[in-house]
Amino acid sequence: MIQILGKTNIDFLGKRNFALVFSVVMIIIGIFSIFQIQAGKANLGVDFAGGLSLQIRFSQPITIAEVRTVLDKAGIKDADIQDLPTERKLLIKLKKQQQGAQDLIEKALQDSLSAKEPLIESITEIGPKIGERTKRDALLAILAATLGILIYIAIRFRFHFAIGATLATFHDVMAVLGIFYLLNKEINLIFISALLTIAGYSLTDTVVVFDRIRENLGKVAKGSMSLETLMNKSINEVLSRTIITSLTTFMAALALFLFGGEVLHDFALAMMIGILVGTYSSVFVASPVVLLLGKNSLIKR
Amino acid sequence: MKRGIYLRIALITLTVIIAFFFMLPNTPIFPHMPDWWKKNFTNRGIVLGLDLRGGSHLVFEVDLKRAREITLERIGMHLQSLLEKKGLKPSVSIQGEKIFIQPVSDEAKKIISENYPDLSISVQDKNIVASLPENAFKKVEATSIEQAIEVIRNRIDQLGVAEPTIHKQGDSEIVVQLPGVKDPKKALEIIGKTAQLEFKLLDEETPLWKELPSLIKPQEEESLLSQWKSKLPEEDEIVFQKITNKETGEVYKRPYIVKKNVLLTGDLLAEAHVSIDQRFNEPYVSLRFNEAGAKIFEEITGKYVKRRLAIILDGNLYSAPVIQEKIEGGNAQISGNFTLEEARDLAIVLRAGALPAPVKLIQNVTVGPTLGKDSIEAGKTAILIAAAIVSLFMIVYYRLSGLIADFALLLNIILLIGALAALNATLTLPGIAGIALAIGMAVDSNVLMFERIREELRLGKTPKAAIESGYKKAFWTIFDSHVTTLITAAVLFHFGSGPIKGFAVTLSLGVAINLFTALIGTKTIFDFIYIGKERKSLSI
Repeated sequence: MIQILGKTNIDFLGKRNFALVFSVVMIIIGIFSIFQIQAGKANLGVDFAGGLSLQIRFSQPITIAEVRTVLDKAGIKDADIQDLPTERKLLIKLKKQQQGAQDLIEKALQDSLSAKEPLIESITEIGPKIGERTKRDALLAILAATLGILIYIAIRFRFHFAIGATLATFHDVMAVLGIFYLLNKEINLIFISALLTIAGYSLTDTVVVFDRIRENLGKVAKGSMSLETLMNKSINEVLSRTIITSLTTFMAALALFLFGGEVLHDFALAMMIGILVGTYSSVFVASPVVLLLGKNSLIKR
Repeated sequence: MKRGIYLRIALITLTVIIAFFFMLPNTPIFPHMPDWWKKNFTNRGIVLGLDLRGGSHLVFEVDLKRAREITLERIGMHLQSLLEKKGLKPSVSIQGEKIFIQPVSDEAKKIISENYPDLSISVQDKNIVASLPENAFKKVEATSIEQAIEVIRNRIDQLGVAEPTIHKQGDSEIVVQLPGVKDPKKALEIIGKTAQLEFKLLDEETPLWKELPSLIKPQEEESLLSQWKSKLPEEDEIVFQKITNKETGEVYKRPYIVKKNVLLTGDLLAEAHVSIDQRFNEPYVSLRFNEAGAKIFEEITGKYVKRRLAIILDGNLYSAPVIQEKIEGGNAQISGNFTLEEARDLAIVLRAGALPAPVKLIQNVTVGPTLGKDSIEAGKTAILIAAAIVSLFMIVYYRLSGLIADFALLLNIILLIGALAALNATLTLPGIAGIALAIGMAVDSNVLMFERIREELRLGKTPKAAIESGYKKAFWTIFDSHVTTLITAAVLFHFGSGPIKGFAVTLSLGVAINLFTALIGTKTIFDFIYIGKERKSLSI
């Protein structure tokens, strides 16, 4: 039998103060990035911000500076040029939907960089009205998903667990959002789907841990063990499966990250971060919250 | 017990056969199937989304405010001519969605209410004020959108795009999907052109012509219009003609003063096609009016001989020829600096008819065919590698049991693709990501059970008992974790647009099928191997 972990006896809940500091910082960064997004200071995709985005492929390596010079010359000054993970591809973004801007960019590139054979691979042009609507829909989606999960967990588990699971989910979503903001990655619709998927998936680990805590609560006689010891014991018991379930999904996300092409690259990155954070939070966020809320009431039953 | 196993094996085999049946249209075998098969059985399978196939997803907003104005203008014009015919010398104007008519008389009121029973009429400061109730406006809006969809469909048919979809979205939007469109820019131009063709008379009598500059730059258009707003007589307006210097390619605008009154519109066209002027080798669009149009055209040309007739399309003047003589038969032509391409496009939009109101492009997502192909390749590679790494890990870590889990994984993928094909689901790039993630999550259930079984074994249970209680105890954990993923997938399906919907579909199907494969698929094999004969050890 191969085992990643043998029998462990780690005092997870004893480290909850360090975890608290870490998690609070992550959540603050997440909330801060929401304000930055609202203020338009984050790297927002055109599907939210509105505007024009062109993905361009060249036949030879190209630098952002080269393209910037060409666009400057053509009088396009407010373009945001980004590298794509795939070689020889660039993204040119314009904040506002302007008539004829696409033709202007296309012509400038064809004229000045014809040796590198620029080819427009995709065009995304979003009017401000649609952008606003997409933003609102994304927000509603996040709220609806959180509420749905909260209700389901509340039905399946006792109230303390529901609060713990929801806080852990909220923490995961905020942490991934914050990390993406810090990495200056584009916040777009695909990223929001990644966030929601993370919200659903990060619960897998939490449920695994909670199930065991619940099971052990039924076994332990009154007064024989403190809630903290019982929770630590439960977490240690399920530690290897918590890690392995995360590991297999992480592997799938890694394959997408490495081979899935530029569109799925950031999606996969968000998933990988989300899986790591989700595993962490099931142990260090969800469980301490339950401990905090249920110190007196849980063990007596 | 044994009979139960065979029943389950039969069930699994049956689902696999059904999955392959639905998958068939997506395989290279399908074209070789006999005709009766293709005719009677499913032939669509999984549909590729625009992001994988290449194509344009366009959303247009119909200017409903303008549609309301146009309706009032039409009613106003019609009332004017009706009242004129009765010799009432009317003056009709429109202000803020109300029609003001002078002078007030019972006869005029009667004519109005007879012709437009919908209008509510009142008298205010020596004006008859007629207004349209809101429900009539709503009807106007609804028909405008229907008409716009019809016109857009006609135009796309002329473009020759295979399998376009056009439908209404919300109150004022039209979604147009053009898979595999070759020249998206041209398609956009043709679909978005209002193509409102109008014939108006040049106002040659006004002395203001002398003050008008002969050529201006395009960016000076607005300032000229605002300067001239107060100078122009009530019944006149300024329109511009686009002039391109053929050598330098520079564009100028030439202003004209025309009478506001519309003499004839493009609604009455029967035919439009491109011809080439033999003398100058220049393309022009020749028009033929239908019977009613030809009659009006004959009247106009007879009445205004030696005057100049402005041919205006979407507010731009194309040409303003002098009427040499009365024209019978309803033939006319639009010339003016076209390239052959432009003339062809113009003929298309004129043939397909004008849009009832201008439309504005509010969303354009276009993916080129090369990117689509690259994405499919990358997606396939990622899925294969994800499946390979995950299965290898399972075999190394859980040995024979890992192999059983891999069998379940394979089953999962086959059933997922079969289910997508059965639903004729649209596979998008995020959908491919959904499949890859589903692969990762698929073995999660097995990991949960295997770890539980290992735990039971450590407690000293026999393999048979360990498997039984392992499955029983892991079931609710697996169920809970799947349901939460399904909740978020459902939310994504509800709020998401095209590509995201595709992701929600593959993810939720993957997770749901996983419940089946993990709980019935692997369990059956375990039972088959371990329960029939009691074994001493378990390879896990």
